[in-house]
Amino acid sequence: MNTILIIIVVISAILLIGAAVFAVHKRDLIIATVATSVISLILTFFYFILQAPDVALTEAAIGVALTTIIFIVTIRNTKRFED
Amino acid sequence: MKKLISIIFLLYVAYHLFVIFYAVPFGSNELASKVGKFYLNHSPKDLNVSNTVTAVVVNFRGFDTLGEVTVLFLASTGLGSILFRRREIHTKLSHLRSSVETSEIIRVAGRILFPLIILLGVYVFVHGHLTPGGGFQGGVIIATGFLLLLLAYRDFTIEHRIITWIESLAGITFVGIGLIGILLEKTFLENFLGTGKLNELLSGGIIPLIYIAIGFKVAAELTGILDTILSISVEKTEN
Repeated sequence: MNTILIIIVVISAILLIGAAVFAVHKRDLIIATVATSVISLILTFFYFILQAPDVALTEAAIGVALTTIIFIVTIRNTKRFED
Repeated sequence: MKKLISIIFLLYVAYHLFVIFYAVPFGSNELASKVGKFYLNHSPKDLNVSNTVTAVVVNFRGFDTLGEVTVLFLASTGLGSILFRRREIHTKLSHLRSSVETSEIIRVAGRILFPLIILLGVYVFVHGHLTPGGGFQGGVIIATGFLLLLLAYRDFTIEHRIITWIESLAGITFVGIGLIGILLEKTFLENFLGTGKLNELLSGGIIPLIYIAIGFKVAAELTGILDTILSISVEKTEN
């Protein structure tokens, strides 16, 4: 891997961990759900770099779109803020 | 005391996982090099399939894929049986989808984007043996297209009878192709059709047929799940 790619990977790994910690600590559940979909987006990028385009497609379609919408519908039907 | 024990246990597990994975350099294929080489050599030569992942998923490990499709079917059925009765009780309450009128921009954009999304999904699962992607990915993409329409139009409903028919026919096609493999050759899901030429659309024997069936099945199941989830309504608690 060349240097620019390594720098991009390190930056997105830091973003990934940051989004995960943010999703755990945020009291507003809808914002936490959006943070989990950001995690899926960065994971899609990682799968693509590791030469697994099939897994990247699955992660993009299921992790970013479907899981997020199911979580948001559930949160709208229950409570938005954590106790 | 309990916390201390669990932390020590987690550290123990983490240490052993680290020892195992430290031996394998990041991104290298040392873990299963022999099996991987077998698949990489045989899928273009014997099956004329350029996407090795598809060859493994549908041909070499086709029975596992049947199990996965069954798991998805059971999940969809369970969700429907739990949530469907709830929908009938609460028909008079305000629906989640129909509570707000969507804006003109979303409706027009949905009408324009829907056919393109369906086209992308169909492309992904028809070309599953040539390019990355396949039945599952294409089916999920089609389901997101229907999700766009469900969110944009509040009177858009999906006929659950048609979805059940599509799902059942696709499942019967998958199992039927496998049974024809028993009759003509020796094993379940044997590749009994001619494999054609590498990198052509009509190649790979039964692989494109099975992936088209899986695509229809996954799209129908996920669309049914989304419609069921979006049309339930419970009395909203105060936020």
